[in-house]
Amino acid sequence: MSERQIQLEVLRYNPETDSEPRFQTYSVPCLNEWVVLDALNYVKDNLDTTLSYRWSCHMAVCGSCGMMVNGEPKLACKAFIHEYGDQIRVEPLANFPIERDLVTVVEDFIAKLASVKPYLIPKEDKPVSAGEFKQTPAQLLTFKQYTLCINCMLCYAACPQYGLVPEFIGPAAIALAHRYNQDSRDGGRDERQEVIASHEGVWECSFVGACSEVCPKHVDPAGALQQVKVASTIDWYKEHLMPWVKK
Amino acid sequence: MSRKPYIREISKTNWFFSQPRYMRYMAREVTCIFILVYTILLVFALKNLAQGPEAYAEFLEALNSPLGILFNLAALVAAVYHSTSWFNVTPQAMPIQRGEEFVPGNIIVGAHYGGWVVISLIVLFLGV
Repeated sequence: MSERQIQLEVLRYNPETDSEPRFQTYSVPCLNEWVVLDALNYVKDNLDTTLSYRWSCHMAVCGSCGMMVNGEPKLACKAFIHEYGDQIRVEPLANFPIERDLVTVVEDFIAKLASVKPYLIPKEDKPVSAGEFKQTPAQLLTFKQYTLCINCMLCYAACPQYGLVPEFIGPAAIALAHRYNQDSRDGGRDERQEVIASHEGVWECSFVGACSEVCPKHVDPAGALQQVKVASTIDWYKEHLMPWVKK
Repeated sequence: MSRKPYIREISKTNWFFSQPRYMRYMAREVTCIFILVYTILLVFALKNLAQGPEAYAEFLEALNSPLGILFNLAALVAAVYHSTSWFNVTPQAMPIQRGEEFVPGNIIVGAHYGGWVVISLIVLFLGV
C-alpha cells in the first residue's frame, strides 16, 4: 500500500478563544486507500487532540461527517485521498454557523425537518388487528429514491439559495416531505403543503440543481422540489379556476 | 460553557463566482435578458407592421444592420442555451413512471427536442 504525505489544511475555530476561524495545516502520512476522515482521525490520534469534528459510521450511512473538501460539500468518509492532490483543504459545511472547528450548528435544519412532518400520517386509523398497510412494488418505486436521504445536509451546503435566504425550508426537508406525500399509505399532504408550498418552501428554489449534484446518496432533491412546484401549481389552478372540484 | 457560533457571511452580489456550477446557473438565468429584449423587438415589429408596409420595410432595414444581426445571433445562442439547459432537466421535474419502472430520462429529453424541431419546422414552413 502506497503512502503519501498530505498537507491537510483545516479550518479551526475555538469559540472560547478565537474571534474568527483560521486555517491550521497538518502534515499527514496518508495511505492511498484512505478517505479524508481517516486523515482527520490520524490528526486527532497523533498530532492534535483538540481538533473537533463529527463522525460515526465511516460508511456513508450516518450522514455525520459532511464537510467542505476543497470547497465542495462531501462526506469525509466518502472523499478518497487518491482523488485529491497533495494539499487538501477541509472546512465546516458551508451555509451553517460554525460551533467549533469542523462542527456546525444544525438546529435550523433539524427544526425545518420536523416542520414538514417527515413521517407517515395514515389516511385513517386502523387497528393492528386489521392487518398491515399493503403497498405494491410500483407504489414503492414512486418514492423509494427519496427514502435514501441520510440527512447529511450536503445539499444545504451546496444550495446558494439557502445561503442567501436562511428562511428557505431547503432541499432535504422538502424532498422528504415529497417522499411521504408520494407514499400510497400516507394522507398527510395537506398538513405538509402549508409549509412546503409556502414562499419559504419550494417557491424560494430557483432550480440551481447543486443539491442533486452533491448528494452522496443520489436522492435528487432538486427533482423533488420541482415536482412539488408542479403539484402545488395544479392545486392553485384547481382551487381558483375549478373551485367546484374537490381535491 | 457558553456558545458563540461563528457565521460566515456570503456576498449578496458575487456569490456565484465561487463555484463553476453557480456560474452555469447564472448563465442560464442571464439568457432570459436576451429573450426579454427579443420579445420587445417582436412587439416593435408588430407595431411597425400595423403602421403599414413602409414602416415595416424600415424596421426590416434596421434589423439588417450589423448591430441588428449581431443581436439576433446573440439572442439565438442565448435561446438555444436556455432551451437546452431546461430540456435537459425535464426528467427531474416530470418523471414518468410506467408500472414498476421509470421511463428513461433520455426519452423525456428527446421528446422535448423532437417537439422543438417539429415546431421550428412549422414556423419555417409558415415563414417561407
